[in-house]
Amino acid sequence: MLLDFGVLLLYIVIACGFLTAALVAGRIIRPNKPYKDKLTTYECGEDTIGTSFIQFNVRFYVIALIFLIFEVEIVLLFPWAVVYKNVGLIALIEMGVFILILLAGFAYVWSQKDLEWVKSEIETEKEHGTNL
Amino acid sequence: MKEFIEHLYNELEFLEGLPFIIPFIIGSFILAFIIINFIAVFAGVCTYIERKVAARIQARVGPYMVGPHGILQWLADALKLLFKEDTVPEKADKLLFKLAPFIVFAGSFACWVALPLAPAFSPARLNIGILYIIAFGSSVILGILMAGWASSSKWALFGAMRSAAQIVSYEVPTGLTILAMLLITGTLDMHNTIAQINLDGTISGGQSQGLPFPLNYFSTNADNFSAGMFSWYIFRYPPFTFIAFIIIYICALAETNRVPFDIPEAESELVSGYHTEYSGMRFSFFFLSEYANMFVFSAIITTLFLGGWLPPFNITGSLLAPACGIILYMLVKGKTTDPANRFIAFCTGAGIGIFLGVLSGDKNYWFADYLGIQSLRFIEGLFWFFTKSFGLVILMMWLRWTIPRYRVDQLMELCWKKLTPLAFINLFCIGILEWLYK
Repeated sequence: MLLDFGVLLLYIVIACGFLTAALVAGRIIRPNKPYKDKLTTYECGEDTIGTSFIQFNVRFYVIALIFLIFEVEIVLLFPWAVVYKNVGLIALIEMGVFILILLAGFAYVWSQKDLEWVKSEIETEKEHGTNL
Repeated sequence: MKEFIEHLYNELEFLEGLPFIIPFIIGSFILAFIIINFIAVFAGVCTYIERKVAARIQARVGPYMVGPHGILQWLADALKLLFKEDTVPEKADKLLFKLAPFIVFAGSFACWVALPLAPAFSPARLNIGILYIIAFGSSVILGILMAGWASSSKWALFGAMRSAAQIVSYEVPTGLTILAMLLITGTLDMHNTIAQINLDGTISGGQSQGLPFPLNYFSTNADNFSAGMFSWYIFRYPPFTFIAFIIIYICALAETNRVPFDIPEAESELVSGYHTEYSGMRFSFFFLSEYANMFVFSAIITTLFLGGWLPPFNITGSLLAPACGIILYMLVKGKTTDPANRFIAFCTGAGIGIFLGVLSGDKNYWFADYLGIQSLRFIEGLFWFFTKSFGLVILMMWLRWTIPRYRVDQLMELCWKKLTPLAFINLFCIGILEWLYK
């Protein structure tokens, strides 16, 4: 078993080696003539305005949070799925309860309209009392 | 792979004195080298086929100048990318910018370790196979985020954030669907998933004895070849397993950033998404790992739903069908230009092949016995695994030119409001059925 995981390590090393070899081979034959205009950040032909390290919309954070909860749940369910055939009905009921608790959270998120990618401005106003 | 090397190690006398680890490392290294070159060629051929498919759908000719029918076009493209200047923007975070392609490529290449390519043959046999593939496949998100952030370009950053949100969201229905299939298979080992099929109550073929040395290895492991297509997991609990298949296929499209879910690199809005600032070789490795990922996802679906390396017919001489089909296709090719007629010719040939196989009536692969090469089963397994996976890849290309791109909010809504609840219901239904009929 350990040897099999050694193969995995070998594959990662070979992937990195292959990429390095391709880049080194490229470095020998490709031209390299950088100048100031070439190294500017691309912005549709205009001069780049400002930095791209900007504040980000909070909805990405909400999605990441929901994902985290579900993914941990799925990882917990993997061993359950493998032994399911041997345990039978009890496993089904127990996991049903477990999933239902999480689904309650999912329903809450849904009802709070956090799954809507585009929240209308009027609704945001209603929720927070001000126009954000 | 380990089992095969063990077999060689026990039989070959000149390996006697060596510790086992040395032939093992050499063998694994050779296989890894073959696979990495296969990926490179596969990605190249895929771009060629994709352009040809696109051209056919849009009534054009497609690449035609390099080589016969433009078949060497991908080689010319690869060479061009090798000769292109590699620019790193001044404002970019240089270290992360250069590191990102490594993570993306290593992540998608490492997934190949656990794929069951043929009977008793995968690069490494991991007992947590499917979990491992999901975990490692996710490292691609890390690389994409890294690329987008380090480029210090707005387009790249938006593309990367969208891509991360999208892949992460679709991971949930994917995971739930794989769980549903795990209830049926009862094992995380990708290899056992297929190897146990005949244990599930279908036909168990005979074992052949007395073969010459390395060939005898394959004969002991290929006894479920006559199981037929209705032993595949997709036909286990019909409506629910079909739904599971459709859900996971949609998720595969989204996770590999394919149209209709390619908003991370939607040209009309984001130039080209997270790899806007990449050029030359670094860009080509993003491209390469995208195609490698498409294949990995297709291979997972093939293993879990479409019976992996098992042939679809209830006869062991399954290679007869495509062989006869191709022969008839070749015969007709010169006489007609209508693709429909050629297709009919191929189907007729395949039918004749199936008929011959059934007529022979021998579960022990009559013509192989006649030729004395039973290890044909290994080739047969390899053939069917790659045919099925490649079929799914072609379907992805076909969809690209059929369905228009989704909007961001539609995409998120499809995932969270439709696929996720559906996947939950599906999991529950398959759980009940598995409890009733186990």
